[in-house]
Amino acid sequence: MSSTTVSQPPAPQPAAGGSRPAGTGQPGLMRQILSGSWLVSLLAIVIALAVGAVLIAVANPDVQETASYFFARPADFFAAAWQAISEAYLALLRGSVFDWQATSAVRMVRPFTESLVSATPLILTGLGIALAFRSGLFNIGGQGQVVLGSICSGFLGYALHLPPVIHLLVALAGGILGGAIWAGIAGVLKARTGANEVIVTIMLNSIAGFLFAYLLKQAWFKHTDSANPISATVDSSAMLPPLLPSPFRLNAGFIVAILATLLVWWLLERSTTGFEFRAVGENPNAAKTAGISVSRVTITVMLIAGALAGLGGAAQILGTEGKLSAGVGGSIGFDAITVALLGRSRPLGTFFAGLLFGAFKAGGYLMQAQTGTPIDIVLVVQSVIVLLIAAPPLVRTIFRLPAPVKKEDA
Amino acid sequence: MSTLAAPADDRQTLAALQPIDWKLPIVYGVLALLALVGFGLAAPGGAQTTFEFATEGDFFTIPPVVVPAKATAIVLGLFCAVLAAYATWAARRRFEPGTWLPVCFGVLFMLAFLTWAGAGNGLIATTSLLAGALALSVPLIFGAMTGLIGERSGIVNIAIEGQLLAGAFCAAVVASAAKNPYVGLIAAPIGGMLVACVLTFFAIRYWVDQIIIGVVLNVLVVGLTNFLFSTVLSADEATWNTREQLPNLPIPGLRSIPVIGEVLFDQNILVYFMYVVVFALQFLLFRSRWGLRMRAIGEHPRAADTVGINVNRWRAINTILAGGIAGLGGAFFTVGSGLAFGKEMSAGQGYIALAAMILGKWSPKGALFAALLFGFAKNLGNSLSAIGAPIPPDLLLMLPYIVTIFAVAGFVGRVRPPAAEGVPYRKQ
Repeated sequence: MSSTTVSQPPAPQPAAGGSRPAGTGQPGLMRQILSGSWLVSLLAIVIALAVGAVLIAVANPDVQETASYFFARPADFFAAAWQAISEAYLALLRGSVFDWQATSAVRMVRPFTESLVSATPLILTGLGIALAFRSGLFNIGGQGQVVLGSICSGFLGYALHLPPVIHLLVALAGGILGGAIWAGIAGVLKARTGANEVIVTIMLNSIAGFLFAYLLKQAWFKHTDSANPISATVDSSAMLPPLLPSPFRLNAGFIVAILATLLVWWLLERSTTGFEFRAVGENPNAAKTAGISVSRVTITVMLIAGALAGLGGAAQILGTEGKLSAGVGGSIGFDAITVALLGRSRPLGTFFAGLLFGAFKAGGYLMQAQTGTPIDIVLVVQSVIVLLIAAPPLVRTIFRLPAPVKKEDA
Repeated sequence: MSTLAAPADDRQTLAALQPIDWKLPIVYGVLALLALVGFGLAAPGGAQTTFEFATEGDFFTIPPVVVPAKATAIVLGLFCAVLAAYATWAARRRFEPGTWLPVCFGVLFMLAFLTWAGAGNGLIATTSLLAGALALSVPLIFGAMTGLIGERSGIVNIAIEGQLLAGAFCAAVVASAAKNPYVGLIAAPIGGMLVACVLTFFAIRYWVDQIIIGVVLNVLVVGLTNFLFSTVLSADEATWNTREQLPNLPIPGLRSIPVIGEVLFDQNILVYFMYVVVFALQFLLFRSRWGLRMRAIGEHPRAADTVGINVNRWRAINTILAGGIAGLGGAFFTVGSGLAFGKEMSAGQGYIALAAMILGKWSPKGALFAALLFGFAKNLGNSLSAIGAPIPPDLLLMLPYIVTIFAVAGFVGRVRPPAAEGVPYRKQ
């Protein structure tokens, strides 16, 4: 081992990934697996589920009861805890992947499609945040951009009456534009005045919330005379077409999410523009020296990120909700931050992270309904995952894994 | 050898070449114009606005002041215009006016607004308006102090929101279990500190990006408190989540000062403690060894390390201490206001506290005024419909956030964060 670290001058190795010089002994495959980042992600998920399990057990009345005579009969306690935890997590699984207790084949498969439905806005918004992260910008404003996307696409969906395909495209474009403008404010301010995008986007989140609350009280906006803060229903011509027949809610929004993932991947990894984005993200000073306009990149990145988040909001309205109401954005914008972080700001990673969190969300509802375990446990699991993912050394310490092989050694 | 000009001359020409910063005068000018035209000239001609001051138990009763709405608003607008002119003059002379200018301008502008807003049905209950504003400001002020200590030490704390919520939760649960609100005040800072401990652990030990940890911690605390609220707390509300209220402790003498007496000195112990925190922090930050070290590790940690200050240890201590302050702020939501704990009851106040800190330019005094302004705007938004003002409350509630965006964009004076905030310190 030491011989390689001492032999200082790094001879220009043929930069083939993985084929390392023979002199490094045999760190080889096993070490690569143990120190790999995907293993850390997997273990982070395991730890987070364990933390969730502890919470579920603590909150369970049977467990609390058996705990009172723990020393007399510890087996009761463990049996009750196991019962509570396994019931909750099995319900989570049944609600998100495959319900083997359902009465019909359709109901058995439906949970998986529900996961995809929940994942759609998360993936789209997560892509926007990941793109900004890669370019060195903290877009905390996903929430506001989602809300603006919802507002614009929903309004165009029920205020206009256009032929089918055109109406959908107009509504989607409205959502994209709404999100892009909202994020663009932060981008322009950052580029022109140096205003910290974290603060500006956080403020824009709150402003979007109040704007939405205001609009939902205006009859001209809602297109209904009802006193409730709920808008008219979006025309069917503007709804994203369903991919499966009625009991399923899976719609073309998921296709949009897949296309967006591919597009962002191409943009970041294969295009000149994406190279500029990443260059600015890695080192703005170096990028500036190389002739890249940092302020132009900042504005463009925020516009695209906002467009994606706005599309996420549009997918939510035009895909499933069909009308604007107070809680329509949910916490998609904040969940999407965790999605982007879990996906390590890579487009594909974000896609799968979105699927995972979408599954948590979909399964959480069944878990809450059947076992009484509140869906909020999902928030805890998500945030613990992201905390651990952000600190790989911590996960390695917990499981006594070897440190990753440094690139410089190769 | 004319090139060897005196250095003083050089400096003068350099100073003269600095571009004039017109942002500030423009903002003041626009606002003054709004006050003059929007509030003054637009106010209905014959209407009157009454400002009520009296409360029971004052030394002497101030009679309600009745003013003609239009004339008063115009005069106030003119005062605003004078201040805007002063700001313009200051900009031309390239010096920055003191804190008094924005504060005076804000007060005048608000008065003009109130005069215009009250012209509808004519009654502004000044004392209750101010008292409500202070009540809404208390968590903001505690939160802003927390953020300020953290950022001055070089740790960005987005988790104020989570710390407030944790404090509110711990205060409610412990006070309810002990049947004593004061016990809740011991638990609240512990809740805030726990969140701060996680923040410092990840930020200092593992160099994780502090903004990421903050955002994630907020989600974590929301998840945890929601989960426990829906399970343990709802299962046995009588034990875990009853209403406990800190009693008001009127200060004899001071309490009887008209108008401000009831607002400031008929409060519970938490509010008095807040006064102490703000004054102590303003003094300690700029006049004590602790404050100097704090500013040093936030501005130039390497230099601080060179003179023997343990940068990471002090960052950890300060951030955790600050977490306790935010926890106390959270206690105001529950035991401070006599409410039981509710899901996500901090409702984004932690983010406004962050905004107040920035608007206050990272100084306790400034953050105090900014938080009061935000509290006032929020209270006004909530009570506008009662006054009968012709402006939608939702739009008014946006105001603090818009002001903050203008502030970070440099329209409200120069805003400069501590140089090393958010940058992990690695000893070499």
